[in-house]
Amino acid sequence: METLLQQIVNGLVVGSVYALVALGYTMVYGILGLINFAHGDVLMVGALVALQVIVFVQKTWPALGTIPTLLIGLSAAMIVCMALGYIIERTAYRRLRNAPRLAPLITAIGVSFLLQTLAMIIWGRNYHSFPQLISTAPLQPVDGVFITPVQIIILISSALLMVALILLVNKTRLGRAMRATAENHRVASLMGVDTNKIIAITFIIGSGLAAIAGVMFSSNYGVAHYAMGFTPGIKAFTAAVLGGIGNLGGAMVGGIVLGLVESIGAGYLGSATDLCHLPLWAQSASLQATCANGGSFELLSSNYQDIFAFVILGIVLIFRPTGLLGERVSDRA
Amino acid sequence: MNELAVAIPWLGSRNPKAARSVVLALMLIAPLIAALCGNTWVRILDFALLYVMLALGLNLVVGFAGLLDLGYIAFYAVGAYTWAFLASPHFGLHLPFWLVLPAGAGFAALAGLILGAPVLRLRGDYLAIVTLGFGEIVRIFMNNLNYPINITNGPQGVNMLDSLNLFGWDVSRHIPITDNFKINSLVMFYYVFLLFVVGSVIVIRRLQVSRIGRGWAAIRDDELAAKAIGINTRNMKLLAFAMGATFGGVAGGLFGSFQGFVSPESFSLMESIAILTMVVFGGMGNLGGVIIGAIALSLLPEILRSVALPVQHAIFGHVILDPEVLRMLLLSLAMILMMLIRPAGMLPAHARYSRPELASAGKGKQ
Repeated sequence: METLLQQIVNGLVVGSVYALVALGYTMVYGILGLINFAHGDVLMVGALVALQVIVFVQKTWPALGTIPTLLIGLSAAMIVCMALGYIIERTAYRRLRNAPRLAPLITAIGVSFLLQTLAMIIWGRNYHSFPQLISTAPLQPVDGVFITPVQIIILISSALLMVALILLVNKTRLGRAMRATAENHRVASLMGVDTNKIIAITFIIGSGLAAIAGVMFSSNYGVAHYAMGFTPGIKAFTAAVLGGIGNLGGAMVGGIVLGLVESIGAGYLGSATDLCHLPLWAQSASLQATCANGGSFELLSSNYQDIFAFVILGIVLIFRPTGLLGERVSDRA
Repeated sequence: MNELAVAIPWLGSRNPKAARSVVLALMLIAPLIAALCGNTWVRILDFALLYVMLALGLNLVVGFAGLLDLGYIAFYAVGAYTWAFLASPHFGLHLPFWLVLPAGAGFAALAGLILGAPVLRLRGDYLAIVTLGFGEIVRIFMNNLNYPINITNGPQGVNMLDSLNLFGWDVSRHIPITDNFKINSLVMFYYVFLLFVVGSVIVIRRLQVSRIGRGWAAIRDDELAAKAIGINTRNMKLLAFAMGATFGGVAGGLFGSFQGFVSPESFSLMESIAILTMVVFGGMGNLGGVIIGAIALSLLPEILRSVALPVQHAIFGHVILDPEVLRMLLLSLAMILMMLIRPAGMLPAHARYSRPELASAGKGKQ
C-alpha cells in the first residue's frame, strides 16, 4: 500500500511537469497544426540558463536568500526562453506556415538538434548538478510515503499556472483572439485579429511555461544536461495527444495520467513480469532453480520505464486519435 | 551501371555518355585517391557507402511513398544485430554471409511490417512521432536485453563479429602484392559495398518506374485519390515499409561485418535524423540527389574535422568545437536551411516523380 501511495505521489509530481510542457505543445498544435519538436529543448535551455544565473547570483550576492535567488534564476530562464520561442517562430516556422506538412516538421527537428548542439557548445557534455535551493529533505506525511518540499512546490505552482492559463485563454481578450486564430486563421484575421502577433504570443507563452517546467524538472532531479529535453519533450507530447491535442484541459489530464501510469507501471513492472510467479508446474527446471530461495526472473525491469510513453502514444493514436478529452475531430492523424 | 549514371541528372542529361564514364571512373578510383591521404579516408568512404544504402532505403519510404519514418535506424540495428547473433562467438554461431545477410534483411523486413501494420492509418506528423517511438523502443530493448537472459549483451554490445567472408575470400584480410605493398582490406570493403550499392540502385530504380513505384507516388500525392483509382493502399504502404527496411537490414549486416562490433550507441535517434537529413538535403524522391546527399553529408563533417581541428588549434590553442559537435551543427543547420531555402533538395526530383506542392514550399505568403 505504501509503495502504491508513494508511486502515486511521484506520478503526480512528474505528471504535473509533463502537463506544463504538454500545454506548450497543445497550444502550438491547436493554432498551427505543427508539432513543435524543439519545445523539449526550450525546457532544457530554461533549466541550464536558470542554473547558470543561480550559480552566478550565489557567487556575487551570497547574502541573498534562497527564494529571491531562485526567483531571479527562474525569471532569467523565462525571459531567455520566451525570446528563444519568439526567434524560433519568427525565423524557422513563419515562412513555412503554408508549406506541405513534412517541411515544418523537418525544420522543427532541425531546430531541436540545433538547440541541443548549441547547448552542448556552451555548457559541455557533462551533467551539471542543479543547486538545491529548496530543501529536498523528504517529509513523511503518511508512514512510509515520502514527499520533498520541492515536490510540494512543484505540485502547487503547476496547478496555479494551469488555472492562470485557462483563465487567460477563456476569459481575456487575448485568449479569445487565440481561440479564434486556432479556429480559423483567415476568418480571425478578417475579424481584425493580428494572427501573426497571436501566433508569436502563443509561442512565447508556451516557451515561458517550458522554462518553468525545466527549472522544476532540474530541481526535482538535481541535474541539468544538454540532452535532458528530449525525454520530457516526447513524454509531454504523448501527454498532449493522450488528452486530445489542441485541448488545454486535455493536456493537463494527459500529463497527470501519463505521469501516474509511468510511475505506477515502473513500480510494478518488475514483479508483474517475474516468471517466478508462474505456478510451479509451468516452470522449467532451470527456472525453478533460479527462483528458489527468493530469487526472481523479471522479464522487464524498471529500466523499461521510458517505453510506456511510446506504447501509450501508439495505442492512443491508433485507437482513439482524438485523445481522452478531444472533441476536435482530427483529420490530421 | 546505366541506372546510376542516369541518376545523376545534370551530368546525365547533357552528355550521358561522358557522364557515365566520369561517374564510373570516379566510383572506381575514389578509394585509391583516398588511400593516398591515409586509410582513415578509405574508412570514411566505406561508411559513406553504407550511408548511401541507408539513405536509398529511407528514400523509398519517405521520398517515394511519403511516409515520414523517424525510426529508420531500428532496421539498420536489426540487420547489424542479426549479424552479431548469427556470426560471432556471442552465441557461438558462425553462419556464412549468404545465410546471415538475407536473414538480417528478412528480420528487418519483418520489423518493417510490425511497425507498418499498426500505423497504417496514421499520416504525416503523427506517423513520424510513432516511428520515432518505435526506434527508441528498439534501442531501449537493445540496451536492456542482457537481463534476465543475456541476449544483446546490453550497452556493451557484441564484439568480435565475423568479418565478411565471400565464399572463402575474407574481405577483411589485406592482399599482399609484393613484400612491402599490399592492398588494404578497407579498399576491398569499398568495392564490395559499391557492388551492394549499385545493386540497390538498380533494384530501386526498377521499383520506382514500376507499377509499385507509381502506386507509392500516387499514395504520397493523394491517398484518397489513390484508393479511389483502385490502388490497394494498405498493401502498398506495408510493402514500402518492408522494402525500405530490407535495405536498412542489409546495410546493417554489412556494418556489423565491417565494424566488427555492434552496440546500441550506434543506433541512436541522431542517426535516424542524420539519414533523413541526407535524403532531404539531396532531394527527396530523386535517387541521384539522395546518393549525393548521403555522400556529401557523410564526407563533409570529416573534411571539416580535418580542417577545423588544426585551424582551431592555430587560433585558440585548443579545440573549442569537437568533430561530433561540428557534425551535429552541420546536420541541423542543413535541415533547417534546406527546408527554408530549397525545400525540394539540392537535386529536386524529376518533375515526373516530384510533388508539385513541395517544390513551391517556402514561397508561401507570410
